[in-house]
Amino acid sequence: MSPNAHPGQEAIIANGWFQANRWLISRRLSQITILVLFLLGPWFGWWLVKGNLSSSLTLGILPLTDPFVLLQSLASGHWPETASIIGALIVISFYLIVGGRAYCAWVCPVNLVTDAAFWLRERLGLGGASSLSRKTRYWLLGATLIMPVVSGQIIWELVNPVSMLHRGLIFGIGFAWVILLAVFIFDLFVTRRGWCSHLCPMGAFYSLLGTHNLVRVRADNRAACNDCLDCYRVCPEQQVIRTVLKDAEKGIGPVIDAPNCTNCGRCIDVCAPNVFHMGLRFNNKVSVETSHLDRPNHSSGVEVL
Amino acid sequence: MKDSSRSLSIVALMSLGLGVYSKQSKSLPANALRPPGALEEQDFLSACLRCGLCVRDCPFDTLGLAKSGDDINVGTPYFKAREVPCEMCDDIPCVVACPSGALDKSLTNIDDARMGLAVLFDQENCLNYQGLRCDVCYRVCPAINQAITLEHRPNERTGKHAMFIPTVNSDHCTGCGKCEYACVLEEAAIKIFPLTLVAGKADDHYRMGWEEKQQHGSSLVAPDQQHLYNLPSGQSYDYDKEGLIFEENSSGAAQ
Repeated sequence: MSPNAHPGQEAIIANGWFQANRWLISRRLSQITILVLFLLGPWFGWWLVKGNLSSSLTLGILPLTDPFVLLQSLASGHWPETASIIGALIVISFYLIVGGRAYCAWVCPVNLVTDAAFWLRERLGLGGASSLSRKTRYWLLGATLIMPVVSGQIIWELVNPVSMLHRGLIFGIGFAWVILLAVFIFDLFVTRRGWCSHLCPMGAFYSLLGTHNLVRVRADNRAACNDCLDCYRVCPEQQVIRTVLKDAEKGIGPVIDAPNCTNCGRCIDVCAPNVFHMGLRFNNKVSVETSHLDRPNHSSGVEVL
Repeated sequence: MKDSSRSLSIVALMSLGLGVYSKQSKSLPANALRPPGALEEQDFLSACLRCGLCVRDCPFDTLGLAKSGDDINVGTPYFKAREVPCEMCDDIPCVVACPSGALDKSLTNIDDARMGLAVLFDQENCLNYQGLRCDVCYRVCPAINQAITLEHRPNERTGKHAMFIPTVNSDHCTGCGKCEYACVLEEAAIKIFPLTLVAGKADDHYRMGWEEKQQHGSSLVAPDQQHLYNLPSGQSYDYDKEGLIFEENSSGAAQ
């Protein structure tokens, strides 16, 4: 089907290299900028941001706290101080706008590891369908919130690759690289997009913030789709694309509103006919040209798993 | 359905492994101390977000975050007194920085901190116990003459000198670790230990007779009676100061 040895080749020819990589580039810039902001202090003594992704203080005034770690703390029976509650509320508000899992694509340092594993997996042609359900992460999310209730301490942070890596880079990594290596190997050999799209409870938590968020990838130009499948090949959460792209006739609107879409925008990059663009979730009506059915859209945030 | 049970078993297995691991990582090694104001260890592990803001605001780089592979709950702040002790800043910046309350904001006077308790446990090597005047732990203590006092004791080896025994008073010791840091021995004879390891606790029902008596104003069990000695005439006995008294106008002279 796809004429491309690598997804995006056609888009590079059609739209130019930069156009066909701009979302990926912006995303890497975002990930690296955030990391560098945290590292300016320990490296150069320029303390714009103190702390790490679990909780930080920017310019001595802006508190930011990861709502997931705060929830674990709450579950273990500690009522946190106002500073961390305010910090978590700010973070939650932000992701309610840009989409919960934008965290995964634009902030999380583990994404660099798993994207590398995915890239290598594709290059080496290590295929094989995974039998691991994408729902597993929600079970795991449940477990990470029940374990603190039972044990009275925060448990997931003992192994959480996300906080381990970020804290490790800033405060010293110790043996945490073993966990990152495990994630890399798992993603490379065991399951396609194994960690981020099947297991990570943090991603699962953030997906819950993305059920009604504002910013969404849209496929308004879906009629132009040439079935090259490049978007599927690059998408870490393939299941979010299909119905939106193909089921206009069933009354599915053009907004990719599944909460597990990470808003990474890679589908926009690799699509030669420019089917996708970044937009808002409003106006999710089936346009007359693409649909023969004249009924309102009932597609909800329910994810296709 | 098959999918769900698979997922569930994977998650259950992971949780079991994590549960065992977490049990193990609850313990804190005896030489690792929490920052001032830290909640009791179990509560601390529930409250600490592992963000390291306390570490960043420590002006003396005393604090560090436990790395994976250390024998301390990963990501939590600690210090080791023999490496860098706590300098007991008046404004307690680490506590101020803590966003979660793992370091209790109600600690506003650093003298009230109880990071641990100093114990002079090696009396065989402590120089003062040899009758020497090292006194370094006593001198460096921020609560000098309160947290560590020098108690005099006869030096039986020489038969004529005094020994000055450094003695820790838990009422004043904050566990800052300056004594352990400064101990001149190759391996410190005085060390800070977590209170849970070294602090004893008397049973709640214990009453100290002398305290009760003082509170009450007089003996609670039986009325105080002047003890009577059967002394020869012309002699009496004073409890408080004098001891045996030979009265002036009696016949015998003081011996």
